Amino acid sequence: MRILIMGNQNVGKSAMFFRLTGINVTVSNYPGTTVEFKEGRLNLGDETAEIIDVPGTYTIEPTSKAEEVAAKMLKEGDIVINVVDATNLERNLYLTLQLLERNVPVIVALNLWDEAHHKGIDINLRELEKELGVPVVPTVAVTGEGIKTLVSRIKEAKAHKKRHNEKERWARIGRIIKNSESIKHRKETLLERIEDTTVKPLTGVPIAIFVAFLMFYMIRIIGEGLITNVFDPIFEAYKPLVISLGNAIGPGTLHYILIGNMIGGQIDYVQSMGLLTTGLYVPIAMVLPYIFAFYLILGVLEDSGYLPRLATLIDTVMHRLGMHGLSIIPMLLGIGCNVPGALSTRILETKRQRFIAATLMAIAIPCMAQIAMIIGLVGRHGIAGLGIVFGVLFLVWLFLGLILNRIMKGGSPEIFMEIPPYRIPYWGSLLKKLWMRMKGFVAHAVPYVLLGVILINMLYFSGLITLAGKVTAPLVVNVLGLPEDAVGALIMGFLRKDVATGMLLPLGLSLKQLIIASVVLAMYFPCIATFVVLFRELGLRDMAKSTGIMIIMALFVGGLLNILL
Amino acid sequence: MEIPITQLKGGEKGELKRIDGGISFRRKISSLNIRPGKMVRKVTSQPLRGPVVIEVDGRRLTIGRGMAMKIFVEVNR
Repeated sequence: MRILIMGNQNVGKSAMFFRLTGINVTVSNYPGTTVEFKEGRLNLGDETAEIIDVPGTYTIEPTSKAEEVAAKMLKEGDIVINVVDATNLERNLYLTLQLLERNVPVIVALNLWDEAHHKGIDINLRELEKELGVPVVPTVAVTGEGIKTLVSRIKEAKAHKKRHNEKERWARIGRIIKNSESIKHRKETLLERIEDTTVKPLTGVPIAIFVAFLMFYMIRIIGEGLITNVFDPIFEAYKPLVISLGNAIGPGTLHYILIGNMIGGQIDYVQSMGLLTTGLYVPIAMVLPYIFAFYLILGVLEDSGYLPRLATLIDTVMHRLGMHGLSIIPMLLGIGCNVPGALSTRILETKRQRFIAATLMAIAIPCMAQIAMIIGLVGRHGIAGLGIVFGVLFLVWLFLGLILNRIMKGGSPEIFMEIPPYRIPYWGSLLKKLWMRMKGFVAHAVPYVLLGVILINMLYFSGLITLAGKVTAPLVVNVLGLPEDAVGALIMGFLRKDVATGMLLPLGLSLKQLIIASVVLAMYFPCIATFVVLFRELGLRDMAKSTGIMIIMALFVGGLLNILL
Repeated sequence: MEIPITQLKGGEKGELKRIDGGISFRRKISSLNIRPGKMVRKVTSQPLRGPVVIEVDGRRLTIGRGMAMKIFVEVNR
């Protein structure tokens, strides 16, 4: 049996999916969080049902590509759980009626039941059930309230066949609302009063700038705090263990692989390049704290409902770069990790927009792992160097967008986006999302880091790195002004940008060289994980174009910095 | 007086009269329960021909200027 979870955008379908299947998916307070179909299983006693989380749709008469897919999915479903926003019954029932007309059994989950209650909305469940002729179960998917009842009543789902036209549907909805819903008037809450303030340009833009500064300030404070107070002490305590292990092994190849080079007779966690030293220290002690800080803050921004307001404010700027306001979402997600950033370009409607968004993100937005390493390395020389690195990347983002918008045929469609109400994030769901993203980072990053460390050791061992240095010298040395050895970092950059940035440290670079190397490492190529996703999303031709732009721009900007600085 | 919602002042309300444009656009708008007879409040509009934010039934929607020009409301001025 196949059960589809369907409903308008941003009504809690993904939270419902998690409650039913136990499979973790990203849940946020903005439309379009789910861009992929998610499948899971639910045990219904005597049988196992397949559960599918269908991206949000307002109508099954398709008006967009996403809705076309949703309409197609509907043909393959046996039962539909129609998630309905109880705070916005009238509009949500339009899809419900359409579903009922499709001759597929439907059960209605009246979600956001708690929020409806707070808003003074009273829905007579028995009346609504009678009107619709299918089971209606009140739920709060984020907390799990009502889910048990929903599951126990899935079998009661019913199909109807009566066809309506659009006018008849709205007339029927009008009757249903009149008979089953009553709204008590009540005072505006503080959150409702700030809704307009944050979206009006005169007040909204200064607030957005303040939020951005606060965000990066908090990330820095939390990230640094965790490194100094938690992770560095842990790795100091772990050091004697590695040293005694090193002594036990004795010098030789194994020592070289596990512990790495001794720097001045000591283990140096950043420079030693051993599996048990650098291989663990970089991802866990240098990068993870910033990942944690970033995703904590991003989670608050996502779940509060602020992002669609930001998208509205920045829409005009994004149009100049060939996209529209919603492309702020791939850019923001890309700061955490370019992989989910690349995936989320799907919320943009046209191929042209997705190409520009993916290219700009991959070239000019370093992921948090790389940012953490840049802060660690360049930040040692003071804030000015950091300002240059991120300032240059921002200018690349801006100018490349302007250029691509000029030279690529076509225009950008206009923004069309619902702004959800502000919500106070549920801590449980916020922390769950944070935990999931952290787990994802450790599971994906650590193996690549370890693999990269092994690979780079092999390249050094075999002498191939010297050869590569000689071959690329005209570019690396003459154009970029870096030493031949820097090619090792550039090779590592294909696998992991954080370790690659860390590899710059033993080269004894000047601040100027560090800046150039950091910028080039960020721009010249996406890491392999991002590359694979981009390839899938853009296709061979566009990916080749995008990669070409990256390589040329990286050499151009790196060379320019070499001359100017 | 019938005007497109772009000409509403910030905070001003009007009764929705008609939606121009293609069938797909009209369907997209009406599936969001934005239909003739509804009261539309313009929350704000962004400068430099940026998008317009409207509110219908307590729900806010950001739409591009071009789309907003196709939605007409009746106002008493």
